[in-house]
Amino acid sequence: MSNSGEIWVIGEQRQGKLEEVSLELLSKGATLSQRMGVTLSSVLLGEEVEEVARELVFHGAEKVYLLEDARLRYYQSEAYARLLAGIIKEHEPQIILIGATGIGKELAPKVAAKLRTGLTAHCIDLYVGEVDAAPHLIHVVPGWGGNLVMHIICPQRRPQVVTVKPGVLPKAVRDENRKGKIIRVKPDVRDEDFRRIETVEVVEEPSQGKSLESADVVVCGGWGMNALGDFSRVQELADILGGVVAGTRPAMDKGWVDEARMIGQSGRTVSPGLFVSLGASGAMHYTTGFMGSKVVLAVDQNPQAPIFQMADIGIVGDLREVIPCLIEELKKDA
Amino acid sequence: MGLEILVCIKQVPHPDHFSEIRLDAGSGRIIREGIPAIINPLDRNALEEGLRVKERFSGRVTVISMGPPQAQKALEEALAMGADRGILLCDEAFAGADTLATANALFYAIRRLGKFDLIYCGNETVDSGTAQVGPQLAELLDIPQVSGVQEVTFGDEKTLEVKRALEHGYMKVRLKLPALLCVTRDINKPRLSTVQSIMEVARKEMIIWKAKDIGAPPESIGLKGSPTCAAGVYEHKAGRRREMMQGSAEEKVRKAVARLKELGAI
Repeated sequence: MSNSGEIWVIGEQRQGKLEEVSLELLSKGATLSQRMGVTLSSVLLGEEVEEVARELVFHGAEKVYLLEDARLRYYQSEAYARLLAGIIKEHEPQIILIGATGIGKELAPKVAAKLRTGLTAHCIDLYVGEVDAAPHLIHVVPGWGGNLVMHIICPQRRPQVVTVKPGVLPKAVRDENRKGKIIRVKPDVRDEDFRRIETVEVVEEPSQGKSLESADVVVCGGWGMNALGDFSRVQELADILGGVVAGTRPAMDKGWVDEARMIGQSGRTVSPGLFVSLGASGAMHYTTGFMGSKVVLAVDQNPQAPIFQMADIGIVGDLREVIPCLIEELKKDA
Repeated sequence: MGLEILVCIKQVPHPDHFSEIRLDAGSGRIIREGIPAIINPLDRNALEEGLRVKERFSGRVTVISMGPPQAQKALEEALAMGADRGILLCDEAFAGADTLATANALFYAIRRLGKFDLIYCGNETVDSGTAQVGPQLAELLDIPQVSGVQEVTFGDEKTLEVKRALEHGYMKVRLKLPALLCVTRDINKPRLSTVQSIMEVARKEMIIWKAKDIGAPPESIGLKGSPTCAAGVYEHKAGRRREMMQGSAEEKVRKAVARLKELGAI
């Protein structure tokens, strides 16, 4: 860790809009860069995205390497991976943080493999700690469905690349007075980057209502909602609390929520102020999706359900009885 | 001629039994004895896709896995679903591999097997779920790759259009074979094996290779070939209050709401 190399956050933008995880990476990147006494920089690829680069500065990037080209408008796997690997080789940052989004999870392994270096997937935290009396960047990852937490290190090869699960770390605070350098790099985009593979279309399908990750309250229903026949009461509860609806994998399989609203290891991770779990037993691959929540309220009929180990407030009871009660009680304040 | 198709599969512990997985305090190794093993669910979708493409264009489906001797069971199950031959990479030298070292082992095995038109992987496993080996392997093989594949449309035998999932929408990608696709559960519904297909397993080829059989340099595989390593494994402590409300349903709810207010959650 005696390296003077920079810490890089790979900015991810779609249609000129920054993914929220980029801001989460900047907050962690700032903590690490201060601790290690190195520069926090960001890299951004796209078409006419200087404004997005400025947002990265406002959120803490001291430098932004900006690679603009009309053909980089969409994420293009070969062009993006080759250009990123190239600029990394040139500047030799020591740590690279990438959001574990659909695109980030594909791009990070390509870049890391090109560099023949280490890559850790979907970290939930990163810090400088000691292993065998030597300082290392500790990559904290949930293992075995969240039952265990693993600490991963990358002792030799540089840069070390990590992806970070969206929705876990706090976002960097925006400050328009922050100054940073935007360094334009003319990307060497080649025809052959698109010969074998080309992104031809990106379609945004904004989910109805508020985004899951930014919600203060998430109300999540599981298989147990079967007792009520459908998900309308989950929605009702979410509306009263000013929150959004989510579901477990069984709830998705039932067609009650779409995949974009599935909480868990292979779905979304949320860290709201209040997470309400209704009729879910608490399988580890589910609970890992909300472990960063401030307060967890769980309702389930089975007193032995593991969900109650993961909850601050537990109510054992018949959902058909408890949920209407809960709605009535909360309505009194509304 | 037909297409040469490779499907990469992994044997994983059954997710319903994850909570039984414990740590050996001495070695820090994960104890998974007695936990039933299955083919990683998405790898079944990968195999199904390979089989469908073979049925459409003709060709051969090879399944490959790296793992302990018992991983042969997963390969046999894949043969029973319809794959033509199985390859097991099984050697102490492969043990302790991170995703890059795993991709390396597969890369050397593929080099020995010859050219493939299509390689399928499950997008991620249920155990570690990194989703990394597929894209890393494609990079080593220098072929195009797409993760999160939900739908594949063949233009002709050599061109594909792929729909892949994004957080708030989707993306369409056009690519030329040879290529590697990491598939999601949306792509198909994996078939069940039939009595007849199970009977055929015994007649199918099963190859077991050690590291030296595929000419993998020792420093590229297993623990030695892994840039990352585990520094520690810990039981996850939730650190929750675990306050159980008592009384009738109404009372429990009233108390819960009062507590949530005290905690500033509502």
